[in-house]
Amino acid sequence: MASAPATPAPAAVAVPTASPATLLRLVVIVAAVGALEIACRVGWVPMTIVLPPSVMAESLWQLLLSGSHTRDIVVSFSNVAAAASLAVVLGFLIGAILHTLPPVRGAVEPLLASYYAVPTFMFYPVFIILFGVGSGAIIAIAVLLAIVAMITATLNGIDRIPLVLGKTARMMRMGPIERALKISLPAALPYLFTGVKLSVAYAFIGVIASEFILSGAGIGHAIAYAYNNFDNRTMYGLMLLIVLAVTVINAVLDTIDRRLQARLRR
Amino acid sequence: MSPALASVAAPVPAEHHARLTGVTRVFGARKGTGVHALGPVDLDLNRGEFFSVVGPSGCGKSTLLDVLAGLSSPTAGTAEFEGKPINGVPAGVGVVFQEDASFPWLSVEDNVAFGLRRSGVDAAEVARRVDYAIGFMGLKDFSKAYPAQLSGGMRQRVCIARTLVMQPRLILLDEPFGALDQQTRLLMGDELLRLWRETGATVLLITHALDEAAMLSDRVGVMSARPGLFIDVLETGWPRDRDSRIVSHPRFGELTAHLWDKLRAESLKHLRGS
Ligand SMILES: Nc1ncnc2c1ncn2[C@@H]1O[C@H](COP(=O)(O)OP(=O)(O)O)[C@@H](O)[C@H]1O
Ligand SMILES: [Mg+2]
Repeated sequence: MASAPATPAPAAVAVPTASPATLLRLVVIVAAVGALEIACRVGWVPMTIVLPPSVMAESLWQLLLSGSHTRDIVVSFSNVAAAASLAVVLGFLIGAILHTLPPVRGAVEPLLASYYAVPTFMFYPVFIILFGVGSGAIIAIAVLLAIVAMITATLNGIDRIPLVLGKTARMMRMGPIERALKISLPAALPYLFTGVKLSVAYAFIGVIASEFILSGAGIGHAIAYAYNNFDNRTMYGLMLLIVLAVTVINAVLDTIDRRLQARLRR
Repeated sequence: MSPALASVAAPVPAEHHARLTGVTRVFGARKGTGVHALGPVDLDLNRGEFFSVVGPSGCGKSTLLDVLAGLSSPTAGTAEFEGKPINGVPAGVGVVFQEDASFPWLSVEDNVAFGLRRSGVDAAEVARRVDYAIGFMGLKDFSKAYPAQLSGGMRQRVCIARTLVMQPRLILLDEPFGALDQQTRLLMGDELLRLWRETGATVLLITHALDEAAMLSDRVGVMSARPGLFIDVLETGWPRDRDSRIVSHPRFGELTAHLWDKLRAESLKHLRGS
């Protein structure tokens, strides 16, 4: 249009370059790992307590190659996946239903807010009675730990849908289902995803920790077993595996999260 | 006299396009302590006219728009569009809201195409209309951009384009240029006039800018402080092919002064919170 006001070019799409903060973080991590390596090698830290990181990595590599713990790894990761999925789906549904019932929500919300003050793990005998020893009890505890984060995120997400988008949906004469799918869900998605991220983190904590006490399989169980048998190499190899897995998964979720949040910068 | 004023105002066919009769809106009436936001208001919008509403903030302008859009029903009185009572959102009415209503999860292009795609228009026609509307609103270079990458004024243009492609016969705009600087507002006013002429639609523009109302409209309705009533309806007498250059015309100053004269007392009431 000829008389268009001068308009700035759209903000350049962020090129993923390493910021000074990222570089510094990398330096700190490398330095810490290097320091531990040296401390172990020189003998400041006895090998019976902590292994040098290079030995941990080598142990992990061998245990992956030999397949000695493949079953534990598969069991743990499927339990985490099951618990996170259940928590996300159920938490979303409960949150969405609560949102339509303001009196119930008003009654329940203070309980949700103080929920994480309760040490959920103390209920483990109850879960053993209900589900027996095994994946059932573990997934139940992990879901219990994760679901409230998803419920809270869902309530927050629906709250934050701008009223004007609801008006717009009405102007377009949308039915309730089309409106929920095409307007409410995408509008709330960045907030819902915060719940997904937390659910995955809590599912990891819930599963690995429960495996110490509730299971005859899984990485948590294998770490406890190695500890009881003074098998430091296996123990630290598996710990490294979990740290690496959680770091990678979290990095992926963070990237998605940042993309979603970028839309909201208004 | 500017050349734009050489021709006589195009005769507006006095056909009622939308009509409010004794419309009143009270919020929370059932709880006893209601907020009387609007009315009773009578308003006849002629087909194809450009009508502006000015009034102090909180006087019920957005409430009036909601009634015309079918988003809220009047507490008392009747609202009609094209001869039929307004009951729910009528087909043929488009709204540009005061708040930014662009969809942040869709590109500009997809925002503009959103309504058309779900109305069953075939893809080629969607593409044609979307292209036209995007070009018209000066968004060509930004069709792949997301709202978060745009300024507030540009997002409002996305919303105008999204309404425009549906080819509404009545366009309701609620302070669409509120966030813009004065120069941009004048230019957007020109675009709005062009849109109005090309589409032949009836336009109701709510604005707090008296000069904008004086420059753009065939008629300007002046509202009192809450509960809003029309205390004056002013005919501007501008020709149909007017544009922002009429600001240099002596009548522009007279119209603006007249509007301010009517509004000053009402704005004071609002300021003093009575
Ligand atoms: N949903 C609502 N509930 C209660 N009061 C409302 C509601 N919407 C608007 N009002 C009140 O009605 C009056 C008119 O509001 P509005 O139409 O938005 O004014 P304007 O658009 O002229 O600034 C204001 O006093 C406002 O506070
Ligand atoms: Mg308003």
